[in-house]
Formats: sequence, structure tokens, C-alpha cells
Amino acid sequence: MQKILFIDPEKCTGCRICETACSMHHEKVCNPARARIHIAKWETAGLYIPVVCLHCETPICETVCPVRAIKRNEKTGAVIIDYNLCVGCRLCVLYCPFAGAGIDPLTGKVLKCDLCDGDPVCVRFCEPKALQYVKATRANTMKMRKAAEKFSELMQKLLAP
Amino acid sequence: MVWNRKIAYINLSTRKIIRKPVPKTMRQLYLGGRGIDMYLLYNHVKPKIDPLSPENVLFIGAGLLGGIPCLGAGRCDVAAKSPVTGGVGDSNVGGFFGAELRFAGFDHLVVTGKSKKTVYIWVQDGEIEVRDAADLWGKDTVETQTAIRQNHGDEDIKSLVIGVAGENLVRFANVRTGMKNSGGRTGMGCVMGSKNLKAVAARGTMNLEFAKPEKLLDYCKEMNDMIISTRWARAQSRWGTMIIFSNTNTTGLIRTKNFQLNLLEDGQDLEPENIDRYSIGTAGCYGCVVHCRHRYVLKDGPYAPFFDEGPEYTSLGAFGTMVNVKKLETVLAANHLVNKYGLDTLETGGLIAWAMELYEKGIINDKMTGGLKLNWGNEEALFELIHQIAMREGFGNVLANGFRDAIAKIGKGSGYYAIQVKGMSNLHSDERPTPSFALGIATATRGSDHLRSRPAVDMYGLPEEFLQELYGGPVSSDYTSYDGKSRMIWWQERLYAVTDSIGICKFQTVFCAVHAPKWNEFSKLIQLATGMKFSKSQLMQIGERIYTLERMFNLREGFTRKDDKLPERYFKEPTPLGLPIAKGKKIDRKKFEIMLDEYYALHGWSKNGVPTKKALVKLGLDKEPTHMI
Repeated sequence: MQKILFIDPEKCTGCRICETACSMHHEKVCNPARARIHIAKWETAGLYIPVVCLHCETPICETVCPVRAIKRNEKTGAVIIDYNLCVGCRLCVLYCPFAGAGIDPLTGKVLKCDLCDGDPVCVRFCEPKALQYVKATRANTMKMRKAAEKFSELMQKLLAP
Repeated sequence: MVWNRKIAYINLSTRKIIRKPVPKTMRQLYLGGRGIDMYLLYNHVKPKIDPLSPENVLFIGAGLLGGIPCLGAGRCDVAAKSPVTGGVGDSNVGGFFGAELRFAGFDHLVVTGKSKKTVYIWVQDGEIEVRDAADLWGKDTVETQTAIRQNHGDEDIKSLVIGVAGENLVRFANVRTGMKNSGGRTGMGCVMGSKNLKAVAARGTMNLEFAKPEKLLDYCKEMNDMIISTRWARAQSRWGTMIIFSNTNTTGLIRTKNFQLNLLEDGQDLEPENIDRYSIGTAGCYGCVVHCRHRYVLKDGPYAPFFDEGPEYTSLGAFGTMVNVKKLETVLAANHLVNKYGLDTLETGGLIAWAMELYEKGIINDKMTGGLKLNWGNEEALFELIHQIAMREGFGNVLANGFRDAIAKIGKGSGYYAIQVKGMSNLHSDERPTPSFALGIATATRGSDHLRSRPAVDMYGLPEEFLQELYGGPVSSDYTSYDGKSRMIWWQERLYAVTDSIGICKFQTVFCAVHAPKWNEFSKLIQLATGMKFSKSQLMQIGERIYTLERMFNLREGFTRKDDKLPERYFKEPTPLGLPIAKGKKIDRKKFEIMLDEYYALHGWSKNGVPTKKALVKLGLDKEPTHMI
């Protein structure tokens, strides 16, 4: 079964190691502005949300790409840009509702997560496990357990004398 | 390359800005961050100037490894002549500003002169502008950062700012970035205020290039695994520095009611577990897997509602034990208030606790306090006094000038009760049972300070063979012993100087955890990042060079051996409470002086604490100031 990139914003501590490691892996330089992942922060409310390509089942970027440069890698599940075909029109950036594709401020080319060929460096570095690369069933059960925990707290309150 | 980031000289009087690369020689001698800041401090600040005059110079420096994804490597060093001590002013701050400054193309900023109007410095992708700050003046430290982001329309801007306390030239005003990160000590916010400088804001998209990026990335992962495998890092990940309270308050190592007791009875509410009532999760600084602070929300009660981060162990003392407050909620609210004003939590709490003891002893009265009833644990008075200090109103205005001035003004033997060294307040730790800690606060170059040398390792009672190998000489494993403790301090001083210079967090080296990254790991990180090779002994020598230069700065300002002292109470009053190992302890004056002699000798300093010619030549400091940058 294919793995998916599973994001749990509640666990994110906002350290931005994912951004740095991503840029070092892909661009061989340290530069969060050129990373494929970004932590959107609302600092004064303590809210940190990792923003990265979600590798949709029906990718909008693939649909809008006029040169068919975007395809899925069946092995890793990643929706990938073929830069040999990409003309840099940035329609994928424009249409993605999740900001999964961005623009490299230095080269102008489109930046998009490729799941590092099946071993995402951001996941490897994410100590609090806000980012995980797991099988779909595992992702499901993690969500379910979390929901059940909340339900269990509610039950305890109701049952309390 | 990563070592070739620029240094900018910004004259606020003339608005002239000069940009230059940092020469490699400076890296070889001082690395970056605190190291280069100390070189600049010694070279650019003329002797005996008034710290609040335009002649004082503010230095902001990112660490040499700033930006790499491990060990909290985004720290930033802020330095100037201190308005608190009159000596080395230096404060190291975490968060994200240091890394952002590098992405914006700069490692060091040298801010001279004084602006006529209130301004902030805007740094973006290799460019620097001095901009009007009229709309920022008067705003608190968080509002200021938000306003800068809104003005530029960019949520990812990181700023180093001062609050109203800095504007009002409170001597111990700090510099802040993010919700919680503070360059707290030695009054760097006061120096910014004196230059009419409200903030330094940075945003960058420039590459940091490394010698061996792929190997460096793998090694960073190794470093993160190494630190998080230690029990201390794991405990801090969960509870933050509050975890220290559990140990020290049980043992009797925590200043209570200023200095009258050494643990807080009925202090259960301040135990770290209670932060869970308010926490919505932890937060990390740039490149940090330890994430030692909580994001907390106070929803109910008289101080609600608000959101903030922390609190540090420091605040549990400053607004808890030292002033005899036993409610965590009150500590959180006081922490929030000093954060907004931009006051050093530790200096503020230290001064208020001192004032409460003076009030109890009748040295100050209602007439002097303007009717403030400074009774132990009086929350209302605590909050009012914090406010008065920040606004320089009433009795707060007396405290706002720090210990030296306040002691002179109040007189009547009040100095005896002040727990300070070189004019700077001590942490709320009680060092009477731990001679190593006591030597550290007495000798620290920036006044009573646990972050220059604290050997937390001393508390663990580790086997002496192990300590000998770690510290390179005999050290007693008994923390109440004086034997070998000078060596311990000497070793930690050099380690922390290097740590602050490469921009790594002290909690991710040998502070609390013995098996944390240190010399050899730092050496490998530097080599992979910059290509520059340093052996362990070379790094130790750089630490020695930095520390000696700080010493030279203080000596030039008139400090002598007499200033490397402890408050008299450490010698006279034994600890009244605690476990048997900590109870009834005071510092033995004779043994303390011997420890000090040993400490000077290890450094190669004379009996008076002056570096010998031989020591200076060995470190290449004999011709300072050399004005290389």
C-alpha cells in the first residue's frame, strides 16, 4: 500500500527544521524561502500550520498543467513536476487551493514537494512527529484514536460524580 | 560561503551605512556571534564612556552556524557597554531573528550614534534602511512586531524590539523577539532606547552556502538525535525549564523571600506539571528539537484572558519564590506583563524581592514607596511595581536604575540585602550549598550570571574518573566541595563562549546533559559548514580568547579582583532549610578566596585577576585593540 504524507499541526512546535532541511536536501543550500514546505505561523496566537503539497488523488495542478508536466509517481505516491517539460507558467501555483506549489525566489522555477523519492527529509527531521510518512491505514487509525481520546474525555466528564 | 556574510556599520547620527565582508581571520580567531561581538566591543567602545551616551555602540551578531537545522542554531548575540554593570553588556537570544538576519545577508550589525527621531532598522536581502518609527513608539514588544509585519505586509518578518521599558531607559530593559525570546540581561534594550532605536527587523531569501551540504545535513540529524536522547532534553521537551524547579525546590537551592529562605514551602502550585492547566503545546526556537517552552493561555481569573509563551524557571523565581507568591497563575500573569514592557524578568523580580525585604525590615516605608504595601506575596503591589518600573513612576523609578543606584539612593545598609554582583541581580538560585555555582556568579564577566559558566553537571555526583576526563583535571564529585571547582568553571566558560559564538543553544551542549554535543561535535559541524578546521584544543583556545577579552574590557572600565565577589550574606547566613546536604550551608570565605586564586591561575591571570603578558601573547591579545574590523 502506498504511503501518504500525514500532517498533524497540533504537534508542530514551529522550529522550521523541515524548511531548512528541505532546502538543503533539494537545493544544497540553507534557505527556507526555497523550501517546498513552509510553517505558516500566527505567532501571537501560538498557531503553527505546516503547508506542503498534499499530493491529491485528483491533483488540480495536474489538471491545469498545459504541458502535462505533472504526473504521479506510483511508487511513492508523490505528484511530481517533470522539469524537462515544465515551461514555468505557474498555473499550478495559481490554482492549488492548498499552496502546495510555490515559486523559487532566486530561479523563478516552481517549487513542489516530491516526497524525496519515498524518504521525505522533512519527516526524517521532524522530532515532534507533526509530519509523518505512513500507510493510509496508519493515518486513519491515528486520526481515529485522537478523536476517540476527545470522546473519552467527554465520557469521563459525563460519568464524573 | 557561510563564513563570508557581511558586517554593516550603521551610524544613526549621520545615517551613513557601510557594508563589508567579515574577514576569514576574524572567524579563525573569534568564530562569530558573541566572539566577534566581544572583539567589536573592545575595539569600538572607547573607555569610560557613559553607556547611555551616543558614544556607546550596539552590536548584533548571528552565530557562525546560524541557520543549520540542528541544536537551536538560530541564536543571536546583542552587545554594548552595559548600563547595568558598566562592564561587558552581552545578551544571547534565541528564536528566529538570528537566522533571518543571515538570510537577509548579514552576520553583524554595528550601530553607532543616536538618531534624532525614533527609528527602526530594516534589513532585507543585502539592503539596509533606517526608517521612521513614530508609529511604533509606545507600543509593547508584541504589538511592535505585529505592526512592523503589517507595515511591510509580510508575516514572516522577524524583529528584535524594545518595549516601553527600553524607551523609558529602564537600565535593565531587554530586547525581545517573538512572543517569548529575550536578550534579557545587562540592559541591551536600554542602550537601544538611548539611541532612539525601537527595532531591528529582518527578512531574507538569500542562500547560506556550505562546504559539504549533504554531509552537514546528515550530521545535523545525528546531532538532533544525540541531544534528544539525553534525559534532560526529553524532560525539557515536556516541561520546559520549569522542570528544574522540581529538583531545586525539594533540595533547597532556590532563593525564597529574597534570600531569607532557600525553598518555598507550600509551593506545589509552581511545580512544572501544573503548566498543563494552561498549555496548548510546546514551541521550539529555530532549528531546535528540544522545544523547551510552552504556549499557554490564561482563560479565567483576574488576569485573563491572554496568550503567551514560557514561563522559564527564571520567572518561577522572579515572580514566585523570591516574592513569596505561591500561585502559578500569578507568575504567568507577571511573566506576561514584563514581556510586554520589555523588562528583564530576573532583574525585575530580584529588585522587587529586595524591596520587599527592605520594607519588612523597615529600611523603606510607605512614604518612600508612595503607599505601596510591599508585603511578601502582595500580588497587587507586585503588578503595580512592575508597571511603575517600566513607566519610571513613583518608587518604581528608584528601582528602574538598577541595584547600584537604588542602593546609593536608599542607603541605610540596604546594600547588604541586595543579592547582586557587579550591579546585576542574581538568578533566584541559592548558591550557598554549591561552591562551583558561587564561583561562577562571582567571576562572570557580565555580573551575577549563571549563563557564563554554570556547571549544572556538578549536581549529578558523577564518578570522579569521568569528571577528570571531561574537565581535564581532578574535580570532586561532591557538589558541596570546593575541590577542582575552579577547573569546572574555567572549562564551562570556554565551552559557553564558543557555543554563543557559533549560535547554538546552551541547552544543547554540556549544560544539563553530559552526553550532549561539545568540542569535537562543534569542530565537525564547523568543518562541514565552513570548511574551516579547528581541533578541540583550538576551539578551547578561542573560548579562552573571548573570555579573556571580556575580562580585559571590564578591567579597562576599572573592575578589579574586588569585584569578583559574592554578596556578604553568602558568607554570613547559613541556609535555613532543605535536604541535609543543602541545609546549614554557607560559603567559606577562605576556601572561596583559594578557589578564586586557582581560577585566575588556570586562566593565566595574576593574583589580582589581570591577564599576564604571557597569557595575552599566547592568545594573540597583547596588541588589542587591533581594529581589524
